[in-house]
Amino acid sequence: MADNKTKKEKSPVVLFVAEEKEPLLSKKNRKLLSDPLDDNNPITVQVLGICSALAITVQLKPAVVMAIAVMAVMAFANVIVSLIRNLIPNRIRIIVQLVVVAALVILVDQVLKAFAYDVSKELSVFVGLIITNCIVMGRLEAFALGNGVWKSFLDGIGNAAGYGLILIIVAFFRELLGSGKLYGYEVLGHKGVTLAESTGLYALGYENNGLMLLSPAALLVVGVLIWVQRSRNRKLIEKN
Amino acid sequence: MDYVNLFVRSIFIENMVFAYFLGMCSYLAVSKTVKTAVGLGAAVIFVLGITVPINYWLDTYLLRPGALSWLSPEYADVDLSFLSFIMFIAVIASMVQLVEMIVEKFAPALYGALGIFLPLIAVNCAILGGSLFMQQKDFGGVSEAGIYGLGSGVGWFLAILAIAAIREKIAYSNVPAPLRGLGITFIITGLMALGFMSFMGIKL
Repeated sequence: MADNKTKKEKSPVVLFVAEEKEPLLSKKNRKLLSDPLDDNNPITVQVLGICSALAITVQLKPAVVMAIAVMAVMAFANVIVSLIRNLIPNRIRIIVQLVVVAALVILVDQVLKAFAYDVSKELSVFVGLIITNCIVMGRLEAFALGNGVWKSFLDGIGNAAGYGLILIIVAFFRELLGSGKLYGYEVLGHKGVTLAESTGLYALGYENNGLMLLSPAALLVVGVLIWVQRSRNRKLIEKN
Repeated sequence: MDYVNLFVRSIFIENMVFAYFLGMCSYLAVSKTVKTAVGLGAAVIFVLGITVPINYWLDTYLLRPGALSWLSPEYADVDLSFLSFIMFIAVIASMVQLVEMIVEKFAPALYGALGIFLPLIAVNCAILGGSLFMQQKDFGGVSEAGIYGLGSGVGWFLAILAIAAIREKIAYSNVPAPLRGLGITFIITGLMALGFMSFMGIKL
């Protein structure tokens, strides 16, 4: 909060010009993009945005659409809030942020309804829930309120990519193990009514794991993902 | 009898945490001790119990296709439902502000313990989720909507209470180092959700 206030006293124009001197993709800015993919992943490290992440990972397709939608909302919300960050009174900032995010989500929702109606039906309330996706609010509070426009844009893209990465990994395993498909294609062969009618793995007597289609499986997969990530990256291990 | 059915359904079968994964962020972050978990759970019950009926009124008399026909018949084909996100979130944000002021006044210790998570109830997905599911379910009246809201809140309360109690106990066990904290909490929640699935198909 404290450094937030000191920055507020400078005029926004000066801040913006000072940033322009830096090359657009300097080392620091690239770090903004790459950090959320692993060391500071929004889902597995910052614990943000889990609510919607888990419910729509039964198949790859909605997960990909959701990742793109969140990326669009985050990037633009970060840019808008960063632009007006010196004008927002501190006490009502949450409501202002919510209104910005809600307006963007309405846009995304209407676009999805117009161009991808079946996916939009599948995502149902979860498009609306991007508004309350803590990842958007969390990054607005933690980053966009205290940083310039271009940096906030990169932060939004980076965090949304980290979120989308986890979403797609989880959806990959759940769709592959749960229904033997990837993005709707039957990669493990076709399962017929009898063994003789089946092809691929199913001809050998392979069965889909129904547990993977149920919601608890998402939590288990993310738990295991966290385990794998933290045993590779030991500085993330928690004390207790 | 219908109301009891709806209440029990919304607590156990359609549990916000275990069936829809809503409100996960604060569920994972504030569940380290039972005491703060109870405080946040109570606040969520209160906010859900109030915002769902208010948003039901908004939906019926303002947002739904044809909802404006009580004003005059010529508005009968006005459809404002695309505004529902922004209306719902405005109601929720102002209710949360109210709860924050009440808690600050009457329970300052709890206010300190909840910290940042009290204003974050506004972005607790369970709250907005309650209103959006209410819109999808087409309830017959405001009392049904209120009972659904209360039930969802109680379900969320039970869930966070249970995980907080487990996490207090798990501090004494030898969890593999990379799994400590967040990882084991995810897996426990998954197992609890499996348990809650046994309520599925129960008819009252």
